[in-house]
Amino acid sequence: MPEAGALSEFAVELRDVSKVFGDIVAVDHVSMGIRHNEFFALLGPSGCGKTTSLRIIAGFERPTSGEVYIDNKPMGNTPPFQRNVNTVFQSYALFPHMTVEQNISFGLEMKGVSKAEIARRVGEVLELVRLPHMAKRYPRQMSGGQQQRVALARALVNRPKVLLLDEPLGALDAKLRKEMQIELKTLQREVGITFIFVTHDQEEALSMSDRIAVFSKGKVLQIGTPLEIYERPTSRFVADFIGETNFLTGRVTQVDGEFAQITTNGGATFRGRAMPGVRAGIEATLSVRPEKVQLVEQPDDSVNCYEVVVRSIAYVGSDTRVVVMLGENRIDVWEQNTISTLDPNYFFKPGERAWLTFKPENALVLAE
Amino acid sequence: MASDVVLLGERSEIKPRPRKESRGIGLGRFALVTITFFTFAFLYVPIAVLIAFSFNSARTGATWQSFSLQWYERVFSNTRILEAAANSLIVAALATVGSVVIGTLMAIAMERYQFRAKLAWDALLYLPVIIPEIVMGISLLIFFAAINLSRGIVTLVISHIAFCMPFVYLTMRARLADFDRSLEEAAQDLGADEWTTFRRITLPLLMPGIISSALLAFTLSLDDFVISFFVTGVGSQTLPVYIWGQIRRGITPEINAISTLMLLLSIVLVIVAQLIQRRQRA
Amino acid sequence: MAKILRVLREQPGIRLAGLMAPGAFWLSVFFLVPLLIMAWISFLSRDPLGFPTPPLTLQNYWEIIRDIHFAPSISLADGLAIRLFEGLYLELFWRSIWLSLLSTVITLLIAFPVALFMARLPPRYRNLALFLVMIPFWTNFLVRTYALQFMLRSNGPINTLLRALGLEPIELLFTPTAVMLGLVYGNLPFMILPLYTSLEKFDWTMIEAAHDLGADTLRAFQRVMLPLISPGLLAGSILTFVPAIGAYITVELMGGGRTNMIGYAIAQQFSASVNWPFGSAMSLLMMIIVTFAAVLYFRSGRGEYRNAI
Repeated sequence: MPEAGALSEFAVELRDVSKVFGDIVAVDHVSMGIRHNEFFALLGPSGCGKTTSLRIIAGFERPTSGEVYIDNKPMGNTPPFQRNVNTVFQSYALFPHMTVEQNISFGLEMKGVSKAEIARRVGEVLELVRLPHMAKRYPRQMSGGQQQRVALARALVNRPKVLLLDEPLGALDAKLRKEMQIELKTLQREVGITFIFVTHDQEEALSMSDRIAVFSKGKVLQIGTPLEIYERPTSRFVADFIGETNFLTGRVTQVDGEFAQITTNGGATFRGRAMPGVRAGIEATLSVRPEKVQLVEQPDDSVNCYEVVVRSIAYVGSDTRVVVMLGENRIDVWEQNTISTLDPNYFFKPGERAWLTFKPENALVLAE
Repeated sequence: MASDVVLLGERSEIKPRPRKESRGIGLGRFALVTITFFTFAFLYVPIAVLIAFSFNSARTGATWQSFSLQWYERVFSNTRILEAAANSLIVAALATVGSVVIGTLMAIAMERYQFRAKLAWDALLYLPVIIPEIVMGISLLIFFAAINLSRGIVTLVISHIAFCMPFVYLTMRARLADFDRSLEEAAQDLGADEWTTFRRITLPLLMPGIISSALLAFTLSLDDFVISFFVTGVGSQTLPVYIWGQIRRGITPEINAISTLMLLLSIVLVIVAQLIQRRQRA
Repeated sequence: MAKILRVLREQPGIRLAGLMAPGAFWLSVFFLVPLLIMAWISFLSRDPLGFPTPPLTLQNYWEIIRDIHFAPSISLADGLAIRLFEGLYLELFWRSIWLSLLSTVITLLIAFPVALFMARLPPRYRNLALFLVMIPFWTNFLVRTYALQFMLRSNGPINTLLRALGLEPIELLFTPTAVMLGLVYGNLPFMILPLYTSLEKFDWTMIEAAHDLGADTLRAFQRVMLPLISPGLLAGSILTFVPAIGAYITVELMGGGRTNMIGYAIAQQFSASVNWPFGSAMSLLMMIIVTFAAVLYFRSGRGEYRNAI
């Protein structure tokens, strides 16, 4: 174990942390390290343990087993008010009986910062979140987006080591959400604080984070950059949860180097990238994203080329989304509309035959 | 009496007005208006008559003689009445403080902790609300006799705390159920320890509920006759007990004056309660 | 301070005990123990002065049921009354329950339209109406009952008015009807307020939805409105029934003690005719009846009473 307080790669580290409520395992042996100044997302469906993990870091919950290290110091029973982290709550949790100014001053007051210094820093942070004229307002007199910024300011003004954000954009409408995503990201760069961000919105996680930890049923399935998570999911759950994908199940017939060959139950054989754990003879899943599949009118001699029947097509502006049937298997194909045309004959029609094709390096064979 | 709690609980926000049905509403509405009118008349006419006669100079009967304030003068020069009123106020004040502190602590424990026998306590806390006052009154009479505690202000305060506390508890429990605990977490997250969190966040936010339940306890205590009747001592009559004695003795115009004054106090309390509620909502 | 807080933080048991202790103490010692002593006394004998003394006996309970005998009768004296059994205390209990139930039903029948009307008023008038209900609600019960009695006295304003009109004065007090009137008058605000609270929260588009789905007015009321307002209905009924069955003030002031009810009879055992053991036995029986009624009632409302409060 490294010496307490010594420099470490991680701002926050969870080592084998579990949390059990009654007979529900909310967090199941989670280990992960969040680097300094990183924008780190905890992503997963509701009830997957991401919020509980965040609450354990904040100190609101004590882990049943395992240990949390903040700045390389084991937290043990350290109460929340002695941890150098601050939280932006999902509900914002702004104190309704205090003005914006009083809300933001609260943390500094607790630290015993001088009045003058408090006034200066509150003014600064209000500028930062672009609400300088709102100091005297009460939370209920503000819009959701403004409340959200106050919550952010209230946490940031303490200059915490780590900022914890629990679905901070969840209560905002779609447009405001997009704006705040960009704003948050910019803010994080500006203040240079580690952000740990809980969300169930994969697009949000992909667009904002440096790295993402994907949670399912209390476990961390994969940690990686957005690119890694999207392009190289290591499990069926991650591939499914992040973005859209087609799954074809079958048996691995051959593994050669980076690639594996899988024969589906319908008898078709595909090649794709072999992901960890793939061996010849096991049941596995081929995952290929809809935008990586092409439909052609004539078969070519590539490996992953099979005849399919077009079942439906939907024109959605930027793409045309075609559903085709490969035997019993449904496959979604998104073709980018690269040509501007009003000719309906340009598109496939339901009932037509076509050939689908994709490159082996664009498909993954997952050992599940 | 439990709906004293209803009165002080949150009322929902105003719903959009329902569209009126064209069919049958005329007759139905007429019936509702009529019944409501007569019900309010039924409730208020006796009170109004009582108030009117408190200003009547006649000693007996219901014939109007002339306007007079003599009964009020008598009330304020009667030391027994003033003593009884003072007793009532002392008992009510002490019972309010005691029941609010005890009831609030218990509500916090019951709302925020899981423990064995919680259900039993919950049931026990409801029991004083549903058993008739008279049973509580005589059981306390027997109890004080059994432990040889002479009846007086002390027994009154003990009993009043006992019957006010469950009402405070129920009010505070409802308030606590609505309490957003992430506010306390936020305070701790910002560096406040448990005590500071309680003082700066929990207590101020519970204050409207605490004031409401204090008002409730105060009124319940002030209004109580049945329990007080059994646990009161010779020198420690409360106002309702004194009034009771006078009514049983026969016609006493002073009682009309006292009743009018007590009614006035009720109106003031209602207005205060409403103002508190309005401020809360603002 | 910090040390205390640390101990409290790490020992939730101590924290809980500290919060519960005062209330638990008070409730146990000054509520539960007195009830238990009362129950104990109900099995004791009475001394010459009427106070409890050993030995243990069932005499007090026997006294209540001793004279119950089979005596079927039909009478029209007090409305239709069909009796199978007779007995002094049987009749007392029966009359109390019957009067309390009837007064609860009458109160409900009056309070419901009033609460309904209030709930559908525009907000401004609604607050005024609420204010008008809250004044009697908060006013001393004794004072209000006295006001009603004052009105109805043989030489009270009503009879004075009748005499002035040259009519015969009528005896309005000291009958079962007067007691009933007093109960309804006294308990009306306790029924209107909880009903109003439920009705005010009621979303009237539900009725439209029920109509839309083919329910007629009666069925929409039965199937949609009634279940949703049942918390208020339950609270109001309990708040009316319990004080009615234990009534003391009303029985004395409105009935002159002539229409006896259990609450009044119990009080008598502790004041006029001293017999503590017998009074305790009657109290215990009444408590059992009321608790039983309440439990039954809560069950029928699927435990929604809680939300009503």
